[in-house]
Amino acid sequence: MPEMRMRDALREALREEMLRDETVFLMGEDIGAYGGSYAVTKGLLEEFGEERVKDTPIAESGIVGVGIGAAMAGLRPMVELMTINFSFLALDQIVNSAAKLYHMSNGQINVPMVVRMASGGGSQLAATHSHSLEGLYAHFPGLKVVCPSSPADAKGLLKRAFRDDNTVIFIEHTANYGLKGDVPDDPDFLIEFGQANVLREGSDVTLVGYSGSVHQATRAAVMLQEQEGISAEVIDLRTLRPLDIDTVIRSVQKTNRAVIVEDDWKFGGFAGELSAQIMERAFDWLDAPVARVCGKDVPMPYNRNLEFAALPSEEDVVEAVLAMF
Amino acid sequence: MTSTRTRRTRSQKTIEEYLLSEQQLEDMYYYMLLSRRLNERMLALNRQGRAPFVIAGAGQEAAQVGAAMALQKGTDYLAPYYRDLGMNLVLGMTAREAMLNLLAKRDDPNSFGRQMPSHWGNSARRIVTQSSVVTTQLVHAAGIGLAAKMRKDPIVVLTCCGEGSTSRGDFHEALNFAAIHKLPVIFYVQNNGYAITSRTDKEMPLENVADRARGYGIQSAMVDGMDCIAVYQTVKPAIDQARRGGGPYLIEAKCYRLWPHSSDDDDTRYRPKAELEEWTKKDPVTTFRDRVVSEGVFPAEDLQEIEKRVEEEVREAAQWALMQPDPAPEDALGFVYKEL
Repeated sequence: MPEMRMRDALREALREEMLRDETVFLMGEDIGAYGGSYAVTKGLLEEFGEERVKDTPIAESGIVGVGIGAAMAGLRPMVELMTINFSFLALDQIVNSAAKLYHMSNGQINVPMVVRMASGGGSQLAATHSHSLEGLYAHFPGLKVVCPSSPADAKGLLKRAFRDDNTVIFIEHTANYGLKGDVPDDPDFLIEFGQANVLREGSDVTLVGYSGSVHQATRAAVMLQEQEGISAEVIDLRTLRPLDIDTVIRSVQKTNRAVIVEDDWKFGGFAGELSAQIMERAFDWLDAPVARVCGKDVPMPYNRNLEFAALPSEEDVVEAVLAMF
Repeated sequence: MTSTRTRRTRSQKTIEEYLLSEQQLEDMYYYMLLSRRLNERMLALNRQGRAPFVIAGAGQEAAQVGAAMALQKGTDYLAPYYRDLGMNLVLGMTAREAMLNLLAKRDDPNSFGRQMPSHWGNSARRIVTQSSVVTTQLVHAAGIGLAAKMRKDPIVVLTCCGEGSTSRGDFHEALNFAAIHKLPVIFYVQNNGYAITSRTDKEMPLENVADRARGYGIQSAMVDGMDCIAVYQTVKPAIDQARRGGGPYLIEAKCYRLWPHSSDDDDTRYRPKAELEEWTKKDPVTTFRDRVVSEGVFPAEDLQEIEKRVEEEVREAAQWALMQPDPAPEDALGFVYKEL
């Protein structure tokens, strides 16, 4: 298995899917000649030509809407939006059209489109580039929401996204683009949606994360083991819609404690949803209230000190775990 | 609609001048009248408490029927807006189906009662359903046009909106994208004078929506939207040109919304009575009738036959649709995700 960075794994997924299925094409701001803001589409214009790799105007609503139309007419577009914050300009098209047309047309029309966007803090891109709002998209029925944490997952999940008949919101954490890992080169390598990954087994507490926060959780698990002798299980959700709650519940029934780690704001966020589902299904197994370690309630600041202060850290996770014993 | 009965003598000369066949002229009257009579019956059902909501195309029948008749049925796409009953009728919607849609009945082919009325959609007829957020369908139309161009499929997409929609960003983004890629899309604006309650001069500083085409480097046309024949003669060449790869076209049909915005609106609060009276004289259905009779295209008897037929069709459709079943509550959760 070759080792590669997550951005290269994503590119491999796009390449393989474009080779496999001629209805797949890419659209987005600066994805062609420049190769994408995070270099994910680098070289694809040269390989596939302008017909299938389209640089677009700066018009998020327009390009998502065009993607919807092309999908309705039988193609499989991938639309790249630079960041999740910019995706708000296309929120109406995503929420009121892409997510609903299948239902509203009583199954006559579906929108098999992949919308990729970057999220997450830690890269000094401040308040209008770097929020983690995966949970916002997970709120809407009709959308699937995918948020990989590793190069292999990124490839397997993105390839799977192109085989889906619904709109898939595919969210990549900017801090993960440079991560290295082994990535299968089998063109049929797919990761099914709705299958959480138990990254580390443990018996005393369950740490749940996705995308970027999986890494804080994993680092916290190592610290807990080494410094406190506490055995933490780490679960990477991989997709928020569909959500593999069963894996989380099974783990909590074993460990009797759960901490949810999320870069997003705590108030009204996805961690609240997870916490509620754990309490609904595993209340009697819990030895402590479910804890949430989330981003601070502030727009993301630019300065590095300020930005780190706004993000959840592994120390925060450790602290939350210790408070449960 | 085709008619098999024997025709009375008609004026061949006038028909040649219109560049339309007898059948096409007859169809124009039939569809315009059917659209109007259906809308009238729908409003009556609303006032009787049987239909919660009506949004109609009264005053825009000529603009709709003339344009839709220029499409290739079943081949070209329509991304309509909520007033386009006349277009849907031309493309094959029956009076019964229109009533099922109004009443949100189980067998409504548009949406099974999942959408509000008049959010048309029928895959077999290549009519795509739309959001109530105005103008979003213009961008979808550009996407359908892009798919057609990529597949080298010689189809055209006609997409409609009112002039109010031209203030939205999606209007700009759709026209800009379609112009860059020379997509086979006709952007058809039915300028009916009002965006819900706001007069056109509160919506835009220009008199004509068509003037905006210059900003996109595309061709445009303006047409009297109360004249079905003129509409057809304007839209048809634009569609033919787009089919041949000529790129998008912006067409503005100047028409008038004879009714309030919807069954929930009271237009006396914002519309001068004299203005309405003035436009009522230009009613596209009655003016078409007067014209074909006075110019000797059809004998009045032929038109009376059509009128009788339409009356009966509408009456029957409403009566029948009222008796059709509603969707069952257990079907409420259907079609959220399409699974492989």
